[in-house]
Amino acid sequence: MINGRRLLAIFKARNIEFFRDKSALTWNLAFPVLILIGFSFIFGGEQRAEYKVGVLGGDSSALAALPFHDTRFVDFVDYDQAPEAERKLQQHRLDLLIDPAARQYWVNEESPKSYLAEQLLLGGSQDFQRTPMTGRPIRYVDWVVPGIIGMNMMFSCLFGVGYVIVRYRKNGVLKRLKATPVTAMEFVSAQVLSRLLIVLVFSAVIYIGCDFLLDFYMAGSWRDLLLIATLGAFSLISLGLLVASRSQSEELTGGLLNFASWPMMFLSGVWFSLEGAPHWVQQMAQTLPLTHLIDGARAIMSDGAGLADISYQITMLVGMSALFLVLAAFLFKWHPD
Amino acid sequence: MTDILTVSNLVKRYKDVTAVNGVSFSVPEGICFGLLGPNGAGKTTTVEMLEGIIKPTAGTIAYFGAIANRDSKSAIGIQFQNTSLQDYLTVRETLELFRSFYRVTMPLEQLVQLCALDAFLDRDNRKLSGGQRQRLLLALALVNDPKILFLDEPTTGLDPQARRNFWDLVKDIKKENKTIMLTTHYMDEAQELCDEIAVMDQGRIIEQGTPMALLKHHFNGVLLQLPAHDCGALPAELEFHQVDSQLEHATSDLDGALQRLLAAGTSLEGLKIRSPNLEDLFLKLTGHRLRD
Repeated sequence: MINGRRLLAIFKARNIEFFRDKSALTWNLAFPVLILIGFSFIFGGEQRAEYKVGVLGGDSSALAALPFHDTRFVDFVDYDQAPEAERKLQQHRLDLLIDPAARQYWVNEESPKSYLAEQLLLGGSQDFQRTPMTGRPIRYVDWVVPGIIGMNMMFSCLFGVGYVIVRYRKNGVLKRLKATPVTAMEFVSAQVLSRLLIVLVFSAVIYIGCDFLLDFYMAGSWRDLLLIATLGAFSLISLGLLVASRSQSEELTGGLLNFASWPMMFLSGVWFSLEGAPHWVQQMAQTLPLTHLIDGARAIMSDGAGLADISYQITMLVGMSALFLVLAAFLFKWHPD
Repeated sequence: MTDILTVSNLVKRYKDVTAVNGVSFSVPEGICFGLLGPNGAGKTTTVEMLEGIIKPTAGTIAYFGAIANRDSKSAIGIQFQNTSLQDYLTVRETLELFRSFYRVTMPLEQLVQLCALDAFLDRDNRKLSGGQRQRLLLALALVNDPKILFLDEPTTGLDPQARRNFWDLVKDIKKENKTIMLTTHYMDEAQELCDEIAVMDQGRIIEQGTPMALLKHHFNGVLLQLPAHDCGALPAELEFHQVDSQLEHATSDLDGALQRLLAAGTSLEGLKIRSPNLEDLFLKLTGHRLRD
C-alpha cells in the first residue's frame, strides 16, 4: 500500500518547501520565544505576600494548639502525601512543611521565605525536629513553558497540515498528484511525518534556546518529554488532517481551524491552571488533545512524573489520534468530484 | 496500426447537468488526436475520465484493449490545464520529485533537452514565465516516458511566439513515437498538430475524422468573403451567410461566382478569398462562435 520511495520524495519536498519559506520560518521561531521572554520579565518579580505552610498528619487539634497557628497572614494547607508536599516545598510553592503531631518540620534552605516561616514556628514552639531540604523555586515561566510551546505546536500542526492540504487541493497540486501512481496514504503519511519532524525540531530548538536564557525547571526525563510531545503533535496533526479532509475552501478551513484552536488556547491550560474552573469547563477541556499534551508535559517537568504517572494522558492522546485518523481517512478526497 | 485507446459510450452526469453524453472513439497508436470544442463542451471532463481523475457515470475506457485500471496510470502522461506546482521547489527538484513516483522514467537530460528546460533548471517554480511553466508541465507529463500523452489546452494564455515554440516541442515529442491526445479550443493549433480530430459540443461528438477529409466533406472549394456593409447589391442566386461583419459564400466554381458578383454590380473592394479551415468547419457544425 505504501511505497517508501514515493513517500520519502514527498516528505523531502514538503520539508524543502517549509524551510525555504523564510518569513514563515522566522515567525514560527520568534513567536513562542518572544512570548516566553516577555513572560519571564512580566512575572519575574512576582511574590506571594502571605506565607503558605503545608500540614501533614491531618490532626487539626495538634495544629490548633500551636502558637504558630495564630500568626496572621499564614495560610495552612493540608496534605495527605508527604512526597507531594515535600516537592512543593522544594519548588518554593510551600514555605514550610510541618507535622504537628510528630513534632517535625521541613524547611527549604534556599528560600528566604522558608527561613522566615521557620523563625515564626520556632518563636512559639522549640520542640520541633528540623529536616532541611533544598530546591530552586518553580517560577511562572517554568510553569507556562509547556503551555506556550504546546500552543505553538498546536498552531503549527493544525495550520501546517490542514491549511496546506486545502491549498494544495484548491490550486491543483493534489489533482496533479492523483494523476501519478502516488496513493492518498503515501501523500498523507508524508505530510504527517514532515510536519511531525518540523514541529519536534522547532519545539526542541525553542526549548533549548530559551532554556539557555531562562534556565527552566526540569524534574523529569527528557525521553518521556519527547514521547509526550510526539504523541501530542501527532494527535494535533491528525485533527488538522480531519479538518482538511475534503474542503477546498481556504476560508472555511481557516474558520474551522480557528474553531478548533481557540478553545484549546483558553481551556487547555496554556496560560493558567483550570483547577478552580467550573466542573463542566474541566470536563470540556478533557476532550481537547492540547490539554493532555500540556498536562503530561507539566507533570514531567514540574513534578518529575514518569510514564506510569501520565498513562492517562498517553492513553487519551493515542485514542484521539486514532479517532481523528480513522475519520480523516474515511472522509479524505483528493479533489471535489 | 493498433488502437492505443478505445472509448465507448462514455457518460458523466452531475446533479443537474450531463457533461458528457455517450462519447465513443478510438485513437490509433502514434497519432495526435485532437478533441475540439467550445468552452463547456465536455472536453476536459472527457479527458479527465480517460486519465482516471474522475469516475465515469457509465461507459468503458480501454488502453491497448484492456479496461483501464490503476496501473494504466504508469502508461499515460498528463498535462493539466490549471495546475499549481509546489512552491519553493526548483524546476530540477520538481522533476526529480515526479520521477520518484514512477518505476520507469525518462532520463533527466532527455526531459531537459526535449522540453528545452536548460535555461531555467535551477529556478524556483514561482518565478517561471507562462511559456516556461507550460514546458515544465509538459516535462512532468513525460516524466514516466508514457505511451500516451494528454495535453489539455496547453497553449491557453501563451503569447504567439511561445505557442509556436510549444507546437515545435509537441512535434518533436510525436517523433518519439508517442500518441498525443490534445484538447484545445484553438482551431489553428488543431490544424497545426492533429492527424485526427473529433469535434465535441454539448457533451457529444458531432464530427470525427482527419482535418483534410472533414474539410473536404463539408466544404467544396473556397470561401468568398465580402464586408457586410457597403458591398452594394448581391446576386440573388448566390447564397451568403453573415459571420460577424463579413458575408460569406462557399463555392467550388470561383470564376463563375466572381462573374455573377460583377454582373450584379457588387463592389469587390473588400473581397477576400481563402480556403476553409477548421474554424469554419466548427462554425458550420455548431452554428455559434467558438470562443464565446
